[in-house]
Amino acid sequence: MRAFRRLRRNFEHGVHPAHFKEQTADLPIQRVPFGKDYVMPLGQHIGVPAQAIVTAGERVTRGQLIAEPGGFVSTGLHSPVTGTVREIGDFRGVDGRFAPAIAIEADAFATQQVDAGDGIDWEALSLEEFIKAVQMAGIVGMGGAAFPAHVKLSVPDGVTIRHLLINGAECEPYLTTDHRLMLERPEALLEGAEIMRQKLGAEETVIGIEANKPDAIKIIQQHIAPGDPVRVVPLKVKYPQGAEKMMIKSVFNVEVPAGQLPRDVGVNVNNVGTIVAIADYFLRGIPLIERVVTVAGPGVTYPANLIVPLGTPVRDVVKFCGGLKPGTREMIMGGPMMGRPIASLDVPILKGCSGVLVFTEAETARRKEYPCISCGRCLEACPYFLNPSRLARLSKARMFDEMKAYNVFDCVECGCCTFACPSNIPIVQLIRTAKDDLTHRKEPDA
Amino acid sequence: MKQRDPDLLLFHAPLLRQGMTTPKAMRDVLLALAPATLASMWFFGLSAVLILASCIGGAVAAEWLFADRQARGESLRDASCVLTGLLLGLTLPPGLPLWMAFLGGFIGIALGKVIWGGLGQNLFNPALLGRAFLLATFPIAMTTWVPAVTDGGFLQVYPGNLALPFMQVQIDAMSSATPLGLMKFEQEVTPLTNLMFGKTTGSLGETSGLLLLLGGVFLWLRRDLDWRIPVSILVTVVVFSAILGLFDADRFPSPLFSVFSGGLLLGAIYMATDPVTSPVTPKGAWIFGIGTGVLVMLIRVFGGLPEGVMYAILLMNAATPLIDRYTQPRVFGRGGDSQ
Repeated sequence: MRAFRRLRRNFEHGVHPAHFKEQTADLPIQRVPFGKDYVMPLGQHIGVPAQAIVTAGERVTRGQLIAEPGGFVSTGLHSPVTGTVREIGDFRGVDGRFAPAIAIEADAFATQQVDAGDGIDWEALSLEEFIKAVQMAGIVGMGGAAFPAHVKLSVPDGVTIRHLLINGAECEPYLTTDHRLMLERPEALLEGAEIMRQKLGAEETVIGIEANKPDAIKIIQQHIAPGDPVRVVPLKVKYPQGAEKMMIKSVFNVEVPAGQLPRDVGVNVNNVGTIVAIADYFLRGIPLIERVVTVAGPGVTYPANLIVPLGTPVRDVVKFCGGLKPGTREMIMGGPMMGRPIASLDVPILKGCSGVLVFTEAETARRKEYPCISCGRCLEACPYFLNPSRLARLSKARMFDEMKAYNVFDCVECGCCTFACPSNIPIVQLIRTAKDDLTHRKEPDA
Repeated sequence: MKQRDPDLLLFHAPLLRQGMTTPKAMRDVLLALAPATLASMWFFGLSAVLILASCIGGAVAAEWLFADRQARGESLRDASCVLTGLLLGLTLPPGLPLWMAFLGGFIGIALGKVIWGGLGQNLFNPALLGRAFLLATFPIAMTTWVPAVTDGGFLQVYPGNLALPFMQVQIDAMSSATPLGLMKFEQEVTPLTNLMFGKTTGSLGETSGLLLLLGGVFLWLRRDLDWRIPVSILVTVVVFSAILGLFDADRFPSPLFSVFSGGLLLGAIYMATDPVTSPVTPKGAWIFGIGTGVLVMLIRVFGGLPEGVMYAILLMNAATPLIDRYTQPRVFGRGGDSQ
């Protein structure tokens, strides 16, 4: 039975949203022309915001370090364009809140060529130096969470990383950035993977790809030289196959214990985009100044896969794609299952932005909420085997403390429960509310 | 010309939903019951139509009457009270006075659902609660069984149907016993084919086992019911009767007889699976089903009544919160057995 399950390459539960990837899956990645205004928020990764090291009026070149890490869980920032620092101040973030950022005005006459060096002699670097280099290069998890990549590389004593797992699942509907990267830059992916694998001292590299991307699976397999410690594992198409703990379960049939990290079972998981960024930095000297973004959804005129300099306003990206169709109601940064709603067209593209999705009336129509009839569909959807039905009821009753006994903090907010709920109950939002309250609640002064 | 930015909404992800909604699930169950309902009309003629209509009428009336004044009619839209009425009607004897059927539907919704706070809040299955109320209040009328229409044709109405409220109920001259009653009190076995195709005495919906199974398969294909519940109930009943059969094959009912007689299929597929009143956890569903099956057999074989499905389900309904509490699923990465 166990062996049979292993063959299925799967995790339990999860949901099957339609893929919606046909809009952009076959479109080659194009480069967005440079615009004028760029805004680089200092806190575009998880952790401590970076600290600006430039001042207003200063001239910066593309790829130049403009902010230093503000702590260990923090990364550097680089200017996405050659131009002049216009202002360091508060700018609107994705969620509409103002946060510190560096605004740069691009030089209209600059070539915007990156000063591509020869890269870095990464083999000579010690692990510590390598980690520092990744941090300074500003590389974060490119799948959406934007968690600084170097933090995952810092393994405590006594822990050995045996497998480097590369996440090419791209289980979110609409998104095709990792798909296109695997198709168009398989060499870079494998080079980056080799650098990571050697530095981590891992035995092998495993690339997990959902089975709905047979072309990507094929092309990568073709690029693997015989004898290389790399293998591609096709995965069942199911959301959230790309959640790292789900993927570890699918590939290695191991459950990462609750409250622990993949490294505790000897695995380091990185997104395809992250690995390509590693290759770009260590082999070509280009820090993280741009990324691939899928622009898709029913409300966009010409869907596309684009290389976008970080800090580009969403407005410019959308304009390049022919603008918004009439009837646009909502835009999402990231995927439709876990992405964040975009508050205004002026917000910038961030390191963790894998997609800009434009939705119309049909997807955003108010759905009538019915009472929970305990049908159990959410239990069968939750990949963490939680009881979302109970959690939602408790959250509605504001019984947040009771929710701890139901392991509310094990929830990764993947949204499967909400997707599956026939009563249209905003379960994941209710859970988020409770987690937020439990984390940030201030006890009244005694 | 500068285009105006659209006013963007900030609905939180996930924006995608699967297609199923609660009213659709309710309508699926209604659809699944359609063959058995039509069969009841075939067997019992106009009486079946009138009884079902009275039950649904009572249920809808209660739902409407006790709804919020502003939201009146709103809660009717999910069709759940129509389903309650239909399910209740299918458990009633065909010769029951119509006013009792209406009252049963009304009480089922009023005391079985609205008083608890409406859909999703009730502890007991509303249809069965309505039936329990009728059985306790009108024991004679509720246990007077008439045979299926034989000669009068579709338009024949049982005289009992038309009894006026609170008048002496006419005991039907043609009354006869159900297969379970025959088994229990006279040790007479009804042929299995009759049980499967519905040529027996009994309440409206319980006479045609095959059509009920057909609807159950439809619901299972549509993922509208937790298959664990009917499967565990039926398996328990089969195993229980098989064990009894080892002791005395003549005295105790055979496994297939147990499954196809009485309201077991109707109860196991359509009532025990009411998501609101059954456990939400997979492990709990097994416990609930096995418990129901055991109780059904205990009541049928050792109790004073020929049929025990209703009380078995209601008793397990009462145990559901407790079952749910102690069968929380194992959380990913927290050890223990996998579901």
